[in-house]
Amino acid sequence: MLRFVIRRLLYSVLVLWLVATLVFVFLHISPVPVERVIGGPRATTDTLAQIRANLGLDQPVIVQYGRFLGRLLRGDLGDSYINGTSVAALVRDRLPTTLWLVAGAGVIWFVGGVVTGVYSATRARGAGDRLVTLFVLIGLSTPPFVMALVLLYLFSTKLGEAGVPFFEAGPPLQEHFLQRMILPWIALAFLMVAAYTRLTRGAMLDVLGEDYIRTARAKGISPKRVVYRHGLRSALTPVVTQFGIDLGALIGSTIVTEKVFGLQGVGQLVYQSINLGDTPVIIGVTLMVTLFVVLANLLVDVGYSFLDPRVRLS
Amino acid sequence: MSSFTELDSEIVPVDAEPRRVQGRTPWQLAWTRFRRDRLAVASLVVLALMVVFAALAPLWAHWTGHPYDATFPKTALDPSGQPVGPGRHFWLGADQLGRDVLVRAAYGARISLVVGVAAAVLASVIGVAVGVLAGFVGGVLDTVLARMMDITLALPYLLVAIMLATTFQLTSVAASVSLTIVVIAFFSFAAFGRIIRGQVLSLREKEFIEAARSLGAGNLRIMAVDVLPNLMAQVTVLTSLLIPTSIVFEATLSFLGVGVRLPMPSWGSMLGEGSDVFQTAWWLLAVPAFLLLLTTLSFNLLGDGIRDALDPRGDRHSGKK
Repeated sequence: MLRFVIRRLLYSVLVLWLVATLVFVFLHISPVPVERVIGGPRATTDTLAQIRANLGLDQPVIVQYGRFLGRLLRGDLGDSYINGTSVAALVRDRLPTTLWLVAGAGVIWFVGGVVTGVYSATRARGAGDRLVTLFVLIGLSTPPFVMALVLLYLFSTKLGEAGVPFFEAGPPLQEHFLQRMILPWIALAFLMVAAYTRLTRGAMLDVLGEDYIRTARAKGISPKRVVYRHGLRSALTPVVTQFGIDLGALIGSTIVTEKVFGLQGVGQLVYQSINLGDTPVIIGVTLMVTLFVVLANLLVDVGYSFLDPRVRLS
Repeated sequence: MSSFTELDSEIVPVDAEPRRVQGRTPWQLAWTRFRRDRLAVASLVVLALMVVFAALAPLWAHWTGHPYDATFPKTALDPSGQPVGPGRHFWLGADQLGRDVLVRAAYGARISLVVGVAAAVLASVIGVAVGVLAGFVGGVLDTVLARMMDITLALPYLLVAIMLATTFQLTSVAASVSLTIVVIAFFSFAAFGRIIRGQVLSLREKEFIEAARSLGAGNLRIMAVDVLPNLMAQVTVLTSLLIPTSIVFEATLSFLGVGVRLPMPSWGSMLGEGSDVFQTAWWLLAVPAFLLLLTTLSFNLLGDGIRDALDPRGDRHSGKK
C-alpha cells in the first residue's frame, strides 16, 4: 500500500514538472512583449532594455529556466511582472472565490445528479424516466457559458433592482453572498447534473440487475431499503470516483463563469494575466490548478485502492 | 421480444418456394436499425438543414445585400444607436455595430461545423494511432504513450488552450481556424486513445490474432487488417460524440476572444461581442445560443442513435453501454 502511494506521489511530481516546463516553453515563445506593457507605448529602447534586465529576461533561456526551477523547488512562485506582488499572495487573494464557486456547484451537481439518477433508474422506461433522459440530453448539449448568459439575461434585472453588485469588479465576496453565487453555481453545475444523472442512472441499473439485489428483494426487505441501502451504496463508487476527478479539473475551467458573472477568482486572474503577458502569474496559476487535478486524481486512486484491492495489483 | 417476432416471420411454409437468403453486412444491419430510430433520423435531418444553411451563407449575404463584416449604421441602428430587431430588412435583427445577424449566423454555422467535424476527425485519427500502437506494441512504447495521455488529461485544458492561442497570435482567419482545430484535437485525443488502447489490449489476446500470427502476418499487417476493422464501430461512435464537444470547445474559445479571429463571425464570438446589449437586444443572445444548442443537441442525439445502431446488445433504456 505504502509503495503504491509513494509511486503515485513521484508520478504526481513528474506531472507537475512537465506542466511547469511546458508552460515555461510556451510563454517563452509568446509574442506578448511584457516590457512594452509595463513601460507603456512611449518608453524608449533604453527603458525597455532596463525593464528586461530587471526582470531577468536578458539572460539566456537556460539560465532563466534554471532560476525558475530553483525558485519553484523552494516553493517560491515568483513575483508578478506587472505590479511586483508575489504570485502566492495574488492567488491567495483570488482562490477563495473560485473555491466557493466550485464547492457550491459541486454540491448542486452531485446531489442533483444522484437524486435524479436514482429517480430515473427506479422508474426505468416510465414517463418520468423519459423526461429525465430528455433533460440529460439538453443539459449535455448546453455549453456552460451559454447557460451563464441565459441566466444572466433572465435574472440580472431582478438582481440589479435588489441591489446585488453583479458586475462591479470584485466587491467583497461576503456582500450578498447567496444572491451573487446562486446563478454562477447553477450555470457551472447544469451540464454536470446532466452528466451525473446519466452516470448514476447507468450504475444503478447495473447494480439493480445483480443477483444479490434479487436475493434481498426475495428476503422481503422493503423496496426503499433495497434501493438505497443495497443498491445505491455500491452504485455510488464509480460516481464518487468521477466526482473527485471532475472537481479537481473544474478549478481550471471556471474562467468563463467568472468572466460572465464578474467574479474576481483565479480564472479572471489568469485571463487578465494572459492578456498582459504576466508570465509568473500564468505559470503560478497553471501549476496550482494542475496541483488540484493531480491531488484529486491521487486521492481518488488511493481511496479507490482502499475500497477495491484489485486496483493496486494492476 | 421483437427479435422473436422477426424470427417467426422468417419461417416459411415447407411447400412454398424457398426464399433467397440475402447476406447483409453488419453496416447494413446497423443502417436498418438506425432508420427505425426516429429521434436519430430527425436529428440527421436537422443537421442536413444546418449544413445547407451554412453552405449557402454567401447566398444569404447576396440576397440581403449585407456582407457578413459590413456595417449598416443607417438602416440597422435606430436614431439612438440601438440595433434594430428582427424585421423586413434584417430578418433576424442587427447587432450592436449594425451588421446582419442572419448572415453572420450562417457564416458562424460554417465555422462551427467545420471546426467541430475537423477537430473530432483529427482527434480520432491521432487517438486511434496512439491507442493502437500503445496497446498492440506494448512494452516501453506503451508506458510512454499511456503516461503521455495521462498527462494531457491532467492539463487544465482551457487555461493551456488560451495560452496557446495567445502565444501564436494569428492575424489571418484561416490560420486561427486551423490553430483552433489543432488545439481542440490536442486536448481530445487522449481520452480517445485511452479507450482504444483498452480495446486493443483485449483484442490482442483473441484467437484470430493468434491465427493471423501463425499464418505469418507481421505486426503492421495485423494492426491494419485484423485490429483496425474491429475498432471501427467504437471509433465511429466516439467520433460522432466528439463533434458536439468540439463545437462547444470552439464556441467557448471564440467567446473568450482566443478562438476564430474577427471579423469572421463564430457563434461563440457573436455571443461574446453582443453580451453588453442583451438586455435591449435579446436576438443577439437568442439566435446564436439557439443555433448552438440545436446543433450540439442534434449531434448528441445522432451519436446516441449511431451507438444504438452499431451495438444491438446495448439498450438505450437500460443505460448500459
